[in-house]
Amino acid sequence: MKISGYRRDNGYFGLRNHLLILPVSVCATVCAERIAALAPGSVAVHNQHGCSQIGLDLDITRRTLIGFGLNNNVGAALVIGLGCEGVQVGEVAEAIAASGKPVASLIIQENGGTLKTIARGAELAAAMMQKLSAQVRRECGLENIILGLECGGSDPTSGLASNPAIGYASTKMVDSGGSSILSETTEVIGAEHLLSERFADPEERARFLRMVSDVEKRAISMGVDLREGQPTPGNKEGGISTIEEKSLGCMYKAGHSPFQGALEYSQPLPIEKPGLYFMDSPGQDIDSITGMVASGANVIIFSTGRGTPTGSPIAPVIKITGNDATYQKMPDNIDLNAGTIFSQGQKLEVLGEELFSLIIQVANGNLTKAECLGHHEFGIYRLTGAF
Amino acid sequence: MSAVLKVNDKDNVVTCLKTLMKGETVEAGGQSITAAQDVPIFHKIAVTEIKRGELCYKYGQIIGRAITDIQPGDYVHVHNIESTRGRGDQVHS
Repeated sequence: MKISGYRRDNGYFGLRNHLLILPVSVCATVCAERIAALAPGSVAVHNQHGCSQIGLDLDITRRTLIGFGLNNNVGAALVIGLGCEGVQVGEVAEAIAASGKPVASLIIQENGGTLKTIARGAELAAAMMQKLSAQVRRECGLENIILGLECGGSDPTSGLASNPAIGYASTKMVDSGGSSILSETTEVIGAEHLLSERFADPEERARFLRMVSDVEKRAISMGVDLREGQPTPGNKEGGISTIEEKSLGCMYKAGHSPFQGALEYSQPLPIEKPGLYFMDSPGQDIDSITGMVASGANVIIFSTGRGTPTGSPIAPVIKITGNDATYQKMPDNIDLNAGTIFSQGQKLEVLGEELFSLIIQVANGNLTKAECLGHHEFGIYRLTGAF
Repeated sequence: MSAVLKVNDKDNVVTCLKTLMKGETVEAGGQSITAAQDVPIFHKIAVTEIKRGELCYKYGQIIGRAITDIQPGDYVHVHNIESTRGRGDQVHS
């Protein structure tokens, strides 16, 4: 099977051709958003971090921003910084430019402040948009698809209908040469014994189990019941009682493929070694999706029982619900109804095939509902706070 | 389609595929269960006795532990089962 995409210098293809306006710190975020508003078709990310962070948090922010620029769905990037922040414009711009993509950068303190930066940024963005518009889609293979598997606003239908449908599509994608990422470490607690058996490499398996144990230890170190935050109030109202029940439903998204490895948050997926990967992230949807997209995911499949509007700045997000009532209630947001498994006795395989076809259509350029509505939520995972 | 879904033979709770009213009797894995309380759609109902402290199974896996004695037909949720994981509240320093 073939799809079409935009060829990058690394030999792989993007499924979208975004101009990314990338603020390296929160201090540059407003300028970046205003530049994006002046350059229709470009997209800015709402970065809230990037300064006065240390250690792992600083590494994660830097790696996530660079990962966004490197994602094959990005055709060119304009990197904006204040000048004095912890994550520097130069290092981010250079890392993205090393991929061969057009990259420009601007520093607010050197450009005479907000208005001059926005004006110069808009000029640069317009020229970059025009160049990007000249690129055309070319035929390419499924090895260019990296699925990010997400579930949020879960209810019991997620584990019984929509997540198994995602698992079917993910397994088929991996069997067809593509890749897939399962994340949300919190939502592995209680299911890690089942998932860990599927890691062939003992080192990767140990790394995966350590990630799960670390997040549980961190929750325990706070001296409260994890159930204060996980499952969420909405999960519980929907009928999920414990984190174990949530996790056992979440894991169906990973289908049946073996795991190739366990990635750190926003660590690049080694696309030359395609397959199913785990990525360490919180269960919070936006942080999780942001990390997977920074790892290279270029289509997100998002299962939601309660309904959610979430999108991504640079990756199409396909919503699927297992709850018929939610599908009827939130038609703006949900792309596919797996609730028919209960309401009409629909077969799981039929829905899995339908989802796989939808992924192919979206890969070829069809917009998802989240894209049509301009949803581009962005959030970087933090372990501690700023200093 | 059946009114309840039992995922695994080992399960002692099943998922209601419609809202059950108190007193309503449904078939679950070859046995009749009468709802002791109203149970909202997609919430769980016990199919065997689960004594306080015993484990609760769905998907054939542990989803929690009973904090009260649970009878067949009882609505099972946060009021009568708790998580066995991430329990910082049970760590005494």
